Order: sequence, then C-alpha cells, then structure tokens
Amino acid sequence: MTLFISQLINGLHVGSIYALIALGYTMVYGIIRLINFAHGDILMIGAYTVVIAIGSLGFSPVVAIISSIAVCVLFGVLIEKVAYKPLRNSPKISSLITAIGVSMLLQNLALLIFTPTPKPYPISLNVEPIALGSVHISFTTMLTFGVSLLVMMALQAFVLTSKAGKSMRAVSEDMDAAVLMGINVNNTITLTFAIGCALAGIGSVLYCIAYPSVSPTLGSLPGVKAFIAAVLGGIGLIPGAVLGGFLLGIAESLTKGYISSKMSDAVVYGILIVILLFKPAGLLGKSIREKV
Amino acid sequence: MLKVKDLSVYYGAIQALKGISFHVNEGEIVTLIGANGAGKTTTLNAISALVPVKSGSIDFKNLNLLHLPAHERIYNGMAHVPEGRRVFARMSVKENLEMGAFSRKDRNMVAQDAERVYEHFPRLKERRHQTAGTLSGGEQQMLAIGRALMSNPSLIMMDEPSMGLAPILVSEIFGIINEINNEGTTVLLVEQNATMALSVADRAYVLETGKIVLEGTAEELSKNEAVKKAYLGTV
Repeated sequence: MTLFISQLINGLHVGSIYALIALGYTMVYGIIRLINFAHGDILMIGAYTVVIAIGSLGFSPVVAIISSIAVCVLFGVLIEKVAYKPLRNSPKISSLITAIGVSMLLQNLALLIFTPTPKPYPISLNVEPIALGSVHISFTTMLTFGVSLLVMMALQAFVLTSKAGKSMRAVSEDMDAAVLMGINVNNTITLTFAIGCALAGIGSVLYCIAYPSVSPTLGSLPGVKAFIAAVLGGIGLIPGAVLGGFLLGIAESLTKGYISSKMSDAVVYGILIVILLFKPAGLLGKSIREKV
Repeated sequence: MLKVKDLSVYYGAIQALKGISFHVNEGEIVTLIGANGAGKTTTLNAISALVPVKSGSIDFKNLNLLHLPAHERIYNGMAHVPEGRRVFARMSVKENLEMGAFSRKDRNMVAQDAERVYEHFPRLKERRHQTAGTLSGGEQQMLAIGRALMSNPSLIMMDEPSMGLAPILVSEIFGIINEINNEGTTVLLVEQNATMALSVADRAYVLETGKIVLEGTAEELSKNEAVKKAYLGTV
C-alpha cells in the first residue's frame, strides 16, 4: 500500500509537469492545427536561461525564473512569427516539417553554444520531506503539484471568462467566423503561443528541479511525453491535456514501481496505441461529425 | 452605402468573379441571386476579406475597404452572416452573441442589443446556456443572424439564410429579415431561393458564372421571363 501511494504521488508529480507542457501543445494545435514539435525545446531554452542568469549574470533564483519564463515566451512568439506564420495557408505538412526543423535547429544551436556536456541546474530545494504515516512526500512534489494546479485553474478561468480567452476559443473553432466578429486572429495566435510557452517555462523550472541536469536535448523526452499526453486526452482540448498528463504520469510511475523502470516507456506508448485504436480522438475528444 | 466596382477574384487560375459592379443604398434590401457556383458567396467573402481581391474596388460609407484588414471591417458597421451559419459550436448561445459584440465596448448598449436579439428570437433566450452545437439547423441560423446583429451593424450581409431549412422556418427567417430592415438596417442578401429573396428585396442582381447578367427592381425581375424560367421555376 505504501508503495502504491508513494508511486501515485510520484505520478502526480511528473504528471503535473507533463500536463503543463501538454497544455502548450494542445492550445497551439487547437488554434492553428499544428503540432509544434519545437515546444519541448522551449523547456531546454528555459533551463539554459536559468543556468546563464544565475551562473554568469548572478541573478537571484526568483529573478532567474521570471526571466527564463520571459525568454521562453519571447522564443515561442518569435518562432511563430518567423517559422509558422508565413506557412499558415500552406499545406499542413509543410508547417509540420518546419516544426521538426525548428526543433532540430534549436537543439543544434544549443549543442554549438553550450556543448553536449550537461550542466547542473543551479536551483534546488533542500527542504525536508513531509511524512504522512509511512509515506514521505518531498517538498518539490508538493510545490510542483500545487503550482501546476494553480496555473491550470488560472488558465481555465482565463479561457472561459476573459474576452481574450473567449476570442482564443472562437479562433480555435472557426478562424473565418472569428475574423467576421472583428477578432484580430494574428494577435490571438501570438497570445496562444505566448501562454503555451509561459506554461512550458514554468514546466521547465519544475522539471529541472526534479532532474537537475541541463543538456541540449533536455526537452526531447518530456516534450514527446507531453505530446502523447495531449493526444491521449484529446488534442485541442485543454481539460484533455490535463487529464492526459496526469494519467500518463501515474501510469508511468506505477509501472516503475510494480513492473520495472525499463518498461515504463513501453507501457506509456502501449497505452497511447490502445487508446488511439479505440478512441482515435482521445479520451475527451469527440470524432468530428459532419452536419449537413 | 456599399459600392462595388469591377470586382475580380481568382481561386488559383480560375476567375470566380469577372469584374462585377453593384451598389446597395441605405435602407434597402438588395439580393444577389444565381445558381450554385455563380459567385454569390465569393462576392460576400471578398467584401469581408475572407478571400483576396485581385482588382476592383469596394467602398463602404465612402471608405475604401480594401485598405482595411479583415477583422477591422466590422468596426465600420458591417456584419456578415456566413454561409452554413458557422456558429461557434462549442460555445453557449450567450457566448456566441458576446462574440458578435466583440468589436464593441459599451456594455449597456450591448446588453440592450442582446435583448433585441432575444425579442426577435425568443427560442434563443430559452436556450442561452446551451452550446450552439446542440441547436437545430433553424436555431443555428437564428443564432448566426443574432450574432451578426450584436455588432449593431448598419449593413448586414446574409449568405443563404434559408439553406437546409424547412419551409416554415424559411418564412420565419425571411420575416425576420424584413423586421431587421424595418428597424433601419440595410440588407445585402445572397440566396438560391430566388422566389423568397425577390419577395422581400427592393432590388436584385442576377449573377451567372462570375458576371452580373441582369439587374433591376425585385418586381421587374420577378416578371422577367428569363429569370422566371431559370430561377423561379415558373413559366
């Protein structure tokens, strides 16, 4: 029982990070139907920003975190303007290939600038874990879970109630109809990338506190996992990304606890395959029905 | 109020509009009729900047629309009810109406206009918390019109509002078009249902493969033998 509970808690820990990153994938997909494969690399950019901010510039951790989120947002918006916007009316496959290209470009640039040698992440939390009976919960876990939950609730409230949030939903449902309402689609897309990358920036900090080694390919694995989480929940749907993230995290850590840690990725991909076979639109997704 | 001159639109190498000219005066209901593929929807989409214009001019209230980006055109008092309704299916009826008022800041006026829409369409008021995707086709059409009215337009362009609706709903929708016009909104109506369109319109233009082939008052055109034969199904 103790093993189950502690693996469940671990699952919620990684799951909330996956969910944060998955939100970026799903929001961007929702609005321009593009899988932004460079999204995972935003994590890497955020991580190196913290390394530079603290190591070279001597910023305090708080300032470093804020500036890394800002840099993530800047990169996200820049990538959209330079790489994706010119291709908005091209076939979807062109922007998809471009997204893969941007991801490779960012990783190789990082390789060139920072070398492949991993650097230690300069922020760590040395707080005693809290014991609940026989289960110990680390402070990092609680912080990660709490921050993610708070951010996700704020996002949900923003999207459901604010004018900008509603315009994001309108653009994601029907871009032309949104234009007819007087919504500036370009600004709305920029905002979506900015929010998605801010979430990735926060995810980057939480991820690196748990796995404090910064390398050019840092974003690949969490990026792919978060992408799977988004597809699992139903890509394009915000609650889907959250659900998918948590499910994936829990499945992964239960596999690690009960089967073997080598099997965890196989189980994760297996779940994806099974779900796509039975529910191709994801857990919360509805297959699109043509209304005549 | 609206002046379109020598408007040409291409889809790739295909010329969809071959230099059409027409105008809409304030207070009128003007209809563009014609068969499928004649260019009616393309004309409205060009005015709303949903498709790029190759040449020609579009003036609205003496303002050259071609200089304005798509989303700003609504700020000058123009609204477009697109073909196929295009309501935001995952948003509630109320939110759809809010989106229609996206361009406006005065909340009191917006609330008043929402009431006006609900007066026109009491069924929308009953269903205001329902998502638009769950409405029937007729209700979605009402919502699409209501949403357009929320911007308080001086010109409303409607694309095939009768499409796919039962005859009783078609008369209801056309009744509403008349009401809207009586309240002072100018209407540019695109329809395949020429009989209904000519029954409410003041003037009409007949489009055929991207060209205007006939124009006149609705009354004249209703009596025109060629129109009767081709579009009204009566000889």
